[in-house]
Amino acid sequence: MAFDETKHDYKVIGTRPVRPDGIDKVTGRALYGADLSAPGMLTAAILRSPHAHAKIVKIDTSKAEAMAGVKAVVTSRDFGLPEDQDLRDTQDNCMARDKVLYDGHAVAAVAAINAQVAKAALKAIEVEYEKLPHVIDVDDAMKGDAPLVLEGRALETVPEGWSQNVTNYCEFGHGDLDDGFARADLIVERSFKTGATHQGYIEPHACLASMGPDGRGELWCCTQGQYMVREVCAGIMEIEASQLKVTPSEIGGGFGGKTTVFIEPVALALSRKAGRPVKLVMTREEVFRASGPTIHSSTDVKIGMTKDGTITAARADLRYSGGCYPNGTCEMGAQAAFAPYDLKAVRTYGWNALTNRPKEISYRAPGAPTAIYAVESVVDEMCQKLGLDPVDVRLKNAADKGTKSSYGVTFEDIGLKATLEAAKAHPHYTAPLGPNQGRGLSCGFWFNFGGNASVTLSVNTDGTVNVTEGNPDIGGSRASISMIAAEELGIGYDRVRTIVADTTSIGHSDTTDGSRVTFTVGLATIKAARDAKTKMCARAAALWGIDPEAVEWVDGAAQPSGPNAGKFPPMSLAEIAAVSFQTGGPIAGHHESNADGAGVSFGVHLCDIEVDPETGASKVVRYTVFQDAGKAIHPDYVEGQLQGGAVQGIGWALNEEYIYGEDGILQNPGFLDYRVPVASDLPPIDTVILEVPNPGHPYGVRGVGETSIVPPLAAIANAMSRGAGVRLTQLPMSPPRVLSALMAKG
Amino acid sequence: MRYATPKTAAEAASLLMEDAARVLAGGTDLLVQMKSGRLAPETIVDIKHLPGLRDITREDGGFRIGAAVSGAEMGEHTDLVAAWPGVVEGVNLIGSTQVQGRATMAGNLCNGSPAADGVPAQIAAGAVARLEGPEGTRDVPVAEIPTGPGKTSLKRGEFVTSIFLPARPERSGDAYLRFIPRTEMDIAVAGAAVNLVLGADGTVAEARVALGAVAPTAMEVPEAGAALTGSKLEDPAIEAMVDAVRAACKPIDDKRGTVEFRTHVAGVLAKRAARIAFARAGGQA
Repeated sequence: MAFDETKHDYKVIGTRPVRPDGIDKVTGRALYGADLSAPGMLTAAILRSPHAHAKIVKIDTSKAEAMAGVKAVVTSRDFGLPEDQDLRDTQDNCMARDKVLYDGHAVAAVAAINAQVAKAALKAIEVEYEKLPHVIDVDDAMKGDAPLVLEGRALETVPEGWSQNVTNYCEFGHGDLDDGFARADLIVERSFKTGATHQGYIEPHACLASMGPDGRGELWCCTQGQYMVREVCAGIMEIEASQLKVTPSEIGGGFGGKTTVFIEPVALALSRKAGRPVKLVMTREEVFRASGPTIHSSTDVKIGMTKDGTITAARADLRYSGGCYPNGTCEMGAQAAFAPYDLKAVRTYGWNALTNRPKEISYRAPGAPTAIYAVESVVDEMCQKLGLDPVDVRLKNAADKGTKSSYGVTFEDIGLKATLEAAKAHPHYTAPLGPNQGRGLSCGFWFNFGGNASVTLSVNTDGTVNVTEGNPDIGGSRASISMIAAEELGIGYDRVRTIVADTTSIGHSDTTDGSRVTFTVGLATIKAARDAKTKMCARAAALWGIDPEAVEWVDGAAQPSGPNAGKFPPMSLAEIAAVSFQTGGPIAGHHESNADGAGVSFGVHLCDIEVDPETGASKVVRYTVFQDAGKAIHPDYVEGQLQGGAVQGIGWALNEEYIYGEDGILQNPGFLDYRVPVASDLPPIDTVILEVPNPGHPYGVRGVGETSIVPPLAAIANAMSRGAGVRLTQLPMSPPRVLSALMAKG
Repeated sequence: MRYATPKTAAEAASLLMEDAARVLAGGTDLLVQMKSGRLAPETIVDIKHLPGLRDITREDGGFRIGAAVSGAEMGEHTDLVAAWPGVVEGVNLIGSTQVQGRATMAGNLCNGSPAADGVPAQIAAGAVARLEGPEGTRDVPVAEIPTGPGKTSLKRGEFVTSIFLPARPERSGDAYLRFIPRTEMDIAVAGAAVNLVLGADGTVAEARVALGAVAPTAMEVPEAGAALTGSKLEDPAIEAMVDAVRAACKPIDDKRGTVEFRTHVAGVLAKRAARIAFARAGGQA
């Protein structure tokens, strides 16, 4: 659906109405994953591997089963063997079959009358392990003699000569690299490493499962995608999709981490065995050990530049590990790495290697932050070496409309240059810096997804409207969808209520991910509203006794489309709705489709940090985000997305990482030593929203949720280099690492 | 599990003689350890109801602080803050605002963490803990209470009822600083407390320097104090003090910090704390 060049006088779009979920959330009325209970409900708990890698020789559950109050115990024996390999991996991750692949891997679960009994029962389960050598680091895992996490899982694309841990390989790019590097005045080649990070959502995974003796099931859970949960769980439970009703709870943060299942199949299996509803809630420690953190990475970047700042050639080799099962995140990193640049010669290579870490799942722009961190660090170093302004160099090489991107797509209208120019013109860019302070800058990019969505828009007889959609609201989508419906129908925002439905109440919608919901569900809402408007015009036409084509919808009312159509006073939505039972029955608009045209999103972050030269501690003192939103539906939420991504990126840059001991055991499964920034660690995050319309959306909307986590990593590294004189090539830039670099510099 | 609220020290001591009995004051360590499964006490002895345990009282010009006095109560006690700002700021760094409403200085001491923020400034202050036990009452310098990570010199059945901070001479000041990678809600990677008394001429007459998180227990470094004595914190004195501090450090390498980092930063913190304590004592550099 193309951008509508003519429509700019929005009444609702672009305003900042009160969020619809606010009162429920601040009063505690909102129901999250752990908030639902059922009569006769059991409490479940999961026994987890204490080893990084081990063969399961024997599991004896007999003592636990014999305990009073224990109603069911399950192990991998209680699950089938799905044919689909991805499904099998997901199931294996939920309940280990032959081997445990990481510290925290589930091996058995119990359902009991209360948590105390469940906990005691876990202690009564005897598991005999045969410990195996483990591998934690991606570079180690790729070596030929590395311990093998899984065998025979390499895709055909993987070249010969690597360890079997290397499962995925990809390459992107175009042009003649040798020629490009030959034309460079300066070539810089650097290697970078980044730690694995966790989304750090406040709400741990939680669910309430109930399987009836007739094979029908119900599942209430905290997820970003109830249809995904249904497909996966129905597959694992070997039932038809129609037989499992999945209702998404309110969600306490997801950031990509709730786009798969970790506990739901276990709860369903326990419920099936016990014949009673089962609640299963992860502890925070379990979330860290056994949900899905990001990849950790090792990346080489080589860039050639002429003295005037023109990039002549660029190459990146990205080695990612997403834990113990194959995944393709390296492909997104390899595609995103040079997306902000218009390059004649560019090549990226991506690898994924298995390690004895938990199975990676998405985290906000998966694969992109670590790739762009490495590239933007090298670009900044070259600007320093050549004495060039970092914005000017980026503008000189910036991707624009018509640029053939490094991953093959030719860009349509994009907002990169606009964001760079906004950054350069902003007072922040030229504000004076204090002692030990430095200013850094980085570009960021995310693809943005479209995909499947179903929307029903019901017009109630009292003139209000319900929008029913299938995407859990993780970033304000209920507000945005209501605003879009109100705009299209010409009624007030307060006349519309949007709800996220269970899997039986509306057709399939893809998971809430890829910054797709405001774009895709918004688009479906526009079309559903237009469908409803057509129907309402027809009702008015029938009442007036004129042709439906002779009626148009203007300012929230049906009216004759011209003097020839007849002379009737306009009928408002409320008036048409009030008589709908007499004019043909209830009125509703629908739309179901698979959307494309999600415009890519670019951003630029500017940050000032201050480094304590004696301790290596760094403090972010000023931060400004510039991002193209296409069209900001609800600017408060857009600003919130830009701020939230920046904060998560700051944590990634400075302190957050999965720390493993020599034994392969996770050392910091808690918020004490997995350090997300707290409020007092952060300055106010200023935001500047640019609006370069996405040609694939009538209002010009682009997704905004992910791009904002991409630039902070390099922006902070670049600020540190300029402020403290040390360029760190490993994340996080924790105080011991920074101090060590400062002392080495002398 | 039994929860007891004894009304006398003797009753409390007798309950603490039982197997797997633990003291509950603020509970901010105990409850967390129970929840994590590290501890499963059979008897919990809540000492908050013992007489005087929640009082801050003047004694011999100093302060006796009951073992159940919370960090927040200490922070709101104007005279205590004026006399021992370093001790109070150490205690006030424990946990969050919510935790401050419960956490106690005595509990922080008896938890035995080498990184306890409440302890180094007590040691530098020459604080003395009063213990009750099956054999009666005894006073023990705070410096002698911790003996290793999670370990104390308290005998079976003994518990701390109060901590005494001595009277302050004129021209005295103390300070505590810790290093954490974020601004709050964290555990010290290194900590340093400095307590100074200045002579009439403005030079340091007495100095005590104590460190946290760089050895199995919080500890005083007498050589560091000696390096400051007789000085007005001129650079050579500070450098000598920092050298003494670093020489005394015996930290571990772990997820929170390396040996090198902790050793270096302990010196930096001691230097900065000394300057704050000197200024608080009215010193003119």
